[in-house]
Amino acid sequence: MNKIKCECGHINPEGTVLCEACGKPVEENQHIDGNNKSKLLNMRYDGSARRSKTYNKTIVDKIWNFFSSVKVGVWLIAITLIASSLGTIFPQEMNNQSPLPAEQYYEENYGMAGQIYYQLGFHDLYGSWWYMILIASIGVSLVIASIDRVVPLYRSLKKQKPKRHETFLKRQRLFGQAEYASDQDYHTVIEQLKERRYKVTQENGHVLAEKGRFSRWGPYVNHIGLIIFLLGALMRFVPSMYVDANVWVREGETKMLEGTEGEYYIKNEDFIVEMYDENDERFKESIEKQGGSVPKNYQTNAVLYQRTDESLPGVDPELEQVKEGEIRVNEPLKIDGFAIYQTTYQLNEFKTMTFKLHEKNDADEKAIGEFTVDLVDPKSEYTLDNGYRVELYDYYPEFEMKDGVPSSYSKYPKDPAFVFHVYPPGQVEPEVNFLAIGSNLDPNGDNQYKIGITDLEMRDVTGLTIRKDYTLPLLGIGGAIFMIGVIQGMYWNHRRIWIQPKEQGFWVAGHTNKNWFGLKKDLEKVLEGTSVEPPEDQQELKE
Amino acid sequence: MANKKKKRLIFRSVVLAILAVAVGFALYSSFTDDEKAVLKEGDTAPNFKLKTVNHEQDTLALSDFEGKGVMVNFWATYCEPCKDEMPYMEELYKKYKDKDVEILAVNLDQSELVVTRFLKEYGISFPIVHDQKGQVMGEYGVGYLPASYFINPDGTIEKKIIGPLTLDRLEGYLQDIIPES
Repeated sequence: MNKIKCECGHINPEGTVLCEACGKPVEENQHIDGNNKSKLLNMRYDGSARRSKTYNKTIVDKIWNFFSSVKVGVWLIAITLIASSLGTIFPQEMNNQSPLPAEQYYEENYGMAGQIYYQLGFHDLYGSWWYMILIASIGVSLVIASIDRVVPLYRSLKKQKPKRHETFLKRQRLFGQAEYASDQDYHTVIEQLKERRYKVTQENGHVLAEKGRFSRWGPYVNHIGLIIFLLGALMRFVPSMYVDANVWVREGETKMLEGTEGEYYIKNEDFIVEMYDENDERFKESIEKQGGSVPKNYQTNAVLYQRTDESLPGVDPELEQVKEGEIRVNEPLKIDGFAIYQTTYQLNEFKTMTFKLHEKNDADEKAIGEFTVDLVDPKSEYTLDNGYRVELYDYYPEFEMKDGVPSSYSKYPKDPAFVFHVYPPGQVEPEVNFLAIGSNLDPNGDNQYKIGITDLEMRDVTGLTIRKDYTLPLLGIGGAIFMIGVIQGMYWNHRRIWIQPKEQGFWVAGHTNKNWFGLKKDLEKVLEGTSVEPPEDQQELKE
Repeated sequence: MANKKKKRLIFRSVVLAILAVAVGFALYSSFTDDEKAVLKEGDTAPNFKLKTVNHEQDTLALSDFEGKGVMVNFWATYCEPCKDEMPYMEELYKKYKDKDVEILAVNLDQSELVVTRFLKEYGISFPIVHDQKGQVMGEYGVGYLPASYFINPDGTIEKKIIGPLTLDRLEGYLQDIIPES
């Protein structure tokens, strides 16, 4: 016995709470929506049979029913929210600004709590498997819960008949008995319903007037939008759909574009920054407020190359120029679906230093000779005119003293220091000179010659972002459908008014899914000019 | 009736299967994405070719050592723990060369001068190649120095060690990649 036959003759699927056709409560299923004989009917989903509440046989059904439950859905969202907020307790791995690997960083900085945080994957929350499963479960719940509700609701609203069971009408929130209403009143009401753009269907004098049914589909349209949006987000895992990478390029340097699998290279021909004029009256105030100069424009003049040979890491590629252009903020250079954006920069990295050699006792410091040292990859020997020779014996790109020994902190020439050996003509034993920015030492104290810095060449480093995103259209469509669904469900209401003729007069009942005030106003207008009193709000009566 | 129930079961199974595939795909992609950037033990070590600093050949490629066990060590002169393990490598290089185990150290400094100076000071004789642009470092996904990869004669990575090694541990790992003969 699966189907339920109502006394009106309609056959309902198992699990129906209110007959699809006449609305008569199905006796044995009233517990499903918590209906009580003395109370108003719960009109959720119009009392249709949500399948999830009925079948529970195979494993497939069990999984289905789990995700179909709104309660489960709400819990999934709550757990995700809690997890997301826990993920903000300590910094995420990508933002922790530490040279330490994650497995050490959290323990060393936050002790036991940090260790647990790391072990549970909170350090990279969006990448942790359980967080992704939570998000995925919300998606699954969205799909299944929607299917399980939209189908029966659609069925129920389609099968509804103007003739309703008395119990159904009596247990509506808006219900009134107009015993002294005339035939004239009956016809006036129908006319006025039509005037108020209600869709009126009649069956042996029974009337169903309905308006805005399509607003009931709003939540499901909204879910479809969300699902498309999630699919778009899912597509971001496919490298051919989505790339987001960064690269630093020094002036004059050619670098591989990250994310293009070694296919494209970029050369930074020149990097330009223009600042707002601090003496300009118009900008003076804001610049002062900002507390320093404000860039007006920064741009990279770039050349794009494509690799023409097979890539083998370490081997310089054969390149062919494919494009040339200026990259400014919000004005990317585009190639083959990739857009190269200007994101950041660093100014004035040392490139070369020029030194002069002079006699120590010379008050004018007249140059015996000059030489220039490339700070990235210096030569070891510099021969000056007139027979002098300078050897770069040791070099520290970023000088520091460590346990009394000179060493370098990094490979970048941020604070260079040099040990020069000076060989005057004919001399075999060199003079040792130690040079750093702001210091010039003569370790042995008997040098005849001295080296001084005469010139500095700087260069800028540009920070570029490489982006490819083919998921945007999908995200856009999903977002648009989402909004349409929201509007559909929010700005329209599904209002129904029933009129049931009686031996004397007729009964009026009304139901809406939201905005009862609006429905009451509608009823007042519809009953205007008749002897019928607007129906009472049975819920308000009780309170 | 039974037919309808069967239909419902099929429908539910199909929807669940589609969802499972989508979720599986998302999880799989996100984890392979993380791991693609970093080489793991068992992966094939990517080939590379770099200029040498102290070798009679101008360039050396990893493939030049085909059939031998190779330890690839990433280091730099500004990395203190790297400097500490260099003498161990020097000591064991001589011992294991006869057993067909090679040591190839990839230097990550910008300036070659600094490297030559260091090799002279420490008396290093095993081959050093210069990854001036950090390309090989990028390919191997090296983030912390020193990093050592012990590569089997068949080209797969036997062991990957991030951080400094002691003489004993180093010798143990070299033992593991001796070709069978």
